[in-house]
Amino acid sequence: MTKVSMTVNGRAVSGDVEDRTLLVSFLRETLGLTGTHVGCDTTQCGACVVHMDGKPVKACTVLTGQAEGAEITTIEGLAKGDELHPMQAAFREHHGLQCGFCTPGMIMMGVDIVRRHGASLDEKTIRHELEGNICRCTGYHNIVKAIQAVAEGSEVAEAAE
Amino acid sequence: MGAEGFGARVLRKEDKRFITGRGRYTDDIELKDMTHGVFVRSPHAHAKVRSIDTSAAEKMPGVVGVLTGHDLAADKIGGLICGWMIHSRDGSPMKMGAHPALAADTVRYVGDAVAIVVAETRDQARDAAEAVEVDYEELPAVTDPAKATAAGAPQIHPEAEGNLIYDWTIGDEAATEGQFANAAHVTKIDLVNNRLVPNAMEPRAAIGSYDQAEEHFTLYNTTQNPHVARLVLSAFVGMAPEHKLRVVAPDVGGGFGSKIFIYPEETACLWASRKVGGRPVKWVADRTEAFLTDAHGRDHVTHAEVAFDADNRVLGLRVKTIANLGAYMSTFSSSVPTYLYATLLSGQYAIPQIFAEVQAVYTNTSPVDAYRGAGRPEATFVVERLMETAARELGVDPAELRRKNFVRAFPHQTPVIMAYDAGDYDASLDAALKAADYAGFPARRAEAESRGKKRGIGLSCYIEACGIAPSQAVGSLGAGVGLWESAEVRVNPVGTIEVLTGTHSHGQSHETTFAQIINERFGVPTDTVSIVHGDTDKVQFGMGTYGSRSAAVGLSAVFKALDKVEAKAKKLAAHLMEAAEGDIVLEDGSFKVAGTDRALAFHEVALAAYTAHNLPEGMEPGLKETSFYDPTNFTFPAGSYVCEVEIDPDTGVTEIVQFVAADDFGRIINPMIVEGQVHGGLAQGIGQALLEGCVYDHESGQLVTASFMDYCMPRADDLPSFNVMTTETVCPGNPLGVKGCGEAGAIGSPPALINALTDAIGRNDLAMPATPQRVWAALRSSSAAAA
Repeated sequence: MTKVSMTVNGRAVSGDVEDRTLLVSFLRETLGLTGTHVGCDTTQCGACVVHMDGKPVKACTVLTGQAEGAEITTIEGLAKGDELHPMQAAFREHHGLQCGFCTPGMIMMGVDIVRRHGASLDEKTIRHELEGNICRCTGYHNIVKAIQAVAEGSEVAEAAE
Repeated sequence: MGAEGFGARVLRKEDKRFITGRGRYTDDIELKDMTHGVFVRSPHAHAKVRSIDTSAAEKMPGVVGVLTGHDLAADKIGGLICGWMIHSRDGSPMKMGAHPALAADTVRYVGDAVAIVVAETRDQARDAAEAVEVDYEELPAVTDPAKATAAGAPQIHPEAEGNLIYDWTIGDEAATEGQFANAAHVTKIDLVNNRLVPNAMEPRAAIGSYDQAEEHFTLYNTTQNPHVARLVLSAFVGMAPEHKLRVVAPDVGGGFGSKIFIYPEETACLWASRKVGGRPVKWVADRTEAFLTDAHGRDHVTHAEVAFDADNRVLGLRVKTIANLGAYMSTFSSSVPTYLYATLLSGQYAIPQIFAEVQAVYTNTSPVDAYRGAGRPEATFVVERLMETAARELGVDPAELRRKNFVRAFPHQTPVIMAYDAGDYDASLDAALKAADYAGFPARRAEAESRGKKRGIGLSCYIEACGIAPSQAVGSLGAGVGLWESAEVRVNPVGTIEVLTGTHSHGQSHETTFAQIINERFGVPTDTVSIVHGDTDKVQFGMGTYGSRSAAVGLSAVFKALDKVEAKAKKLAAHLMEAAEGDIVLEDGSFKVAGTDRALAFHEVALAAYTAHNLPEGMEPGLKETSFYDPTNFTFPAGSYVCEVEIDPDTGVTEIVQFVAADDFGRIINPMIVEGQVHGGLAQGIGQALLEGCVYDHESGQLVTASFMDYCMPRADDLPSFNVMTTETVCPGNPLGVKGCGEAGAIGSPPALINALTDAIGRNDLAMPATPQRVWAALRSSSAAAA
């Protein structure tokens, strides 16, 4: 067992984990943050996307030890109290989710896509950037619309960050 | 009536928990003292199990127990069943092989479970599962349904000689032959409806928990129908009588049919919990396990022919299909290639005679059962590929050939059981053609040609039967259950309302749309209504969600319970306001005496019902009503889809340049949610046509496409934005006038895609999935043929 420490959603946390423990297991099982989901075992589906030091990572492909000292943000840490992050609000407004299972990863990825591209983001780029996130319910149509809407109002999003 | 009622784009009540990471799926549930189960699965497609040595695994760290198929048999735990009896043409019943939750003597597909290892942690259980030594004697395997009944094919179940489960027919063979004898033209086609893996994003999971003191089991499960799961586990598996077995379906991350069925893992986790002293046992599939063991979809091999008279009117249709049901008969597998398939072969057309033959066969593959559309996509693919091909052979416009044969008088009795109740197929075809600028296609094709690209356009006019189903009718066809639905409406003393439904939402948005109907009826805001589902301890009974039945059947049951609540509340309001019962109207959330200013708010009447201080003579206190609703017919959603593609002939890559869907779903409760359902269905249908194909190695029986690295799921950049619209004929068969929208996209889209692609490449024999390699090869052989 190895002791690891990191900051998750602004809170200092630590735990003893096996060397093989994946970050997603540490988040879900040790910390009880079950919003981050496991939809595959080959780094394809993106249901487990979290932000590590400001960048999106697939938490099923990061060992917990690799996150030592890192700042992690999960879907649970995105809203400010009762105030939803604009990406969360846009997913609801545009019906960008149905069963909700891929949604946390989609939202975390969407936040990063808008952060990197800003208001210039177009549909083709969004679709390309979502290559690593699979949704089986929505046909992506409304997910793309939600992300585009946030990009179009991205000054608002930046203000909220 | 209410602002949030019929037709309103109400945002979803269920969204907040999902967008903030507070959803509660089965794997999110932690119970005290919980253990973890991992299955030992066969690496062979077909083998005898000579012996299983669990001794090394039992000594591994954290292991609580290792249980095998022999232990299961010793405890007399029953096997899984298929709940729909089909009879062959000779009158004999279908040949169902035994399906124990853990195989003891023979494994029949790669992934068939032989043991469950229970340990303190998931990783420990995985490690120990690796240490279980199973001695297999490999047997020859068959995975190709067309070869399963051949002489000398490996025998999979002793009960089904030659691997034939049934040889079933529908329609009048002699009359159909007579129609073909008089035909001016016959179009023939051979089709494979490719096997698919449903791949709901949440993998299947189960937690079995046994309370020793109460001798009571609880199952948390990724299921679309918790009561049906309880019924099968009680009546057939014999786990416990129903009052000692609670099934909870918490948030479920998509189903698409694959979570209807009662799988071996549920039995194993419940039984294992009892065997390890009542500690809960949790199992969660990893993705490859899901690929191997979720029931797959489709997998038909079909020859079909359509006969026309000299005026291009359809005289008859004959169809011969081999359906692969896999290694065991899954819960509803027998009904999918029979009553959910061949009864839809009339499509939107007036066809005097139809005859269909279906042979269902066992193979050494994962079981096959209902997947989004279930039989109806297969039927639509047959009918709409035939119509498009016939139009090309006859040299007529495909839209006009369809239009010439549309059913226009309702009700319409087809030769294959179904009686269509209402529809306007011209309206949806007109809407789709207009939106797609069908008339402008030749110019677009010429423009593409000038850029070196191949353009094609394809249509599909589908019909489906939803609102499953009238109990007596399906009972006469072999269903082991009735397919009514139940509801309970509880008005609380403060006037808030809980609606308990036997349907289950795993993405369909019932928490919103059901609440909209309460608003429609009573004028109370949707945020004062909660929808309760997915727990056999809370909901009286229910048949679950599939076959686009939740609104047409489930919500109709709610509607009936609302009638009863309204009647009682009006009687009470009349009594309280000293008015005649007939003068009471319910408007904007108040009971009013018509023509006066006297009124009582909804919550005031609710409170009066519970205080019971002043009730009419003979009225019982409280305001809670239940109902059971059994539909009188199926519903018949229908529509027209137009797909336009552009192919790069150098690479074979297809771009969908536009996809138009015009659907008639009857009355629409929430257009935003209906559009979302269509988008998702289209993505799955386009996935089938272009990307997805489940491949078994015919020699070894190994599943080649067992991960998202190997099985091509539709990604965002594989799909266009969709142009969806609706036309409306009200469904006369239920009080809401609704038809159902969950499956249409997956039913109508594959033939539209393939019709567009074959139009573009100028040949008809393009298999699904039409990958770039296949399209490129087809183009090469076309140009070679032309040269």
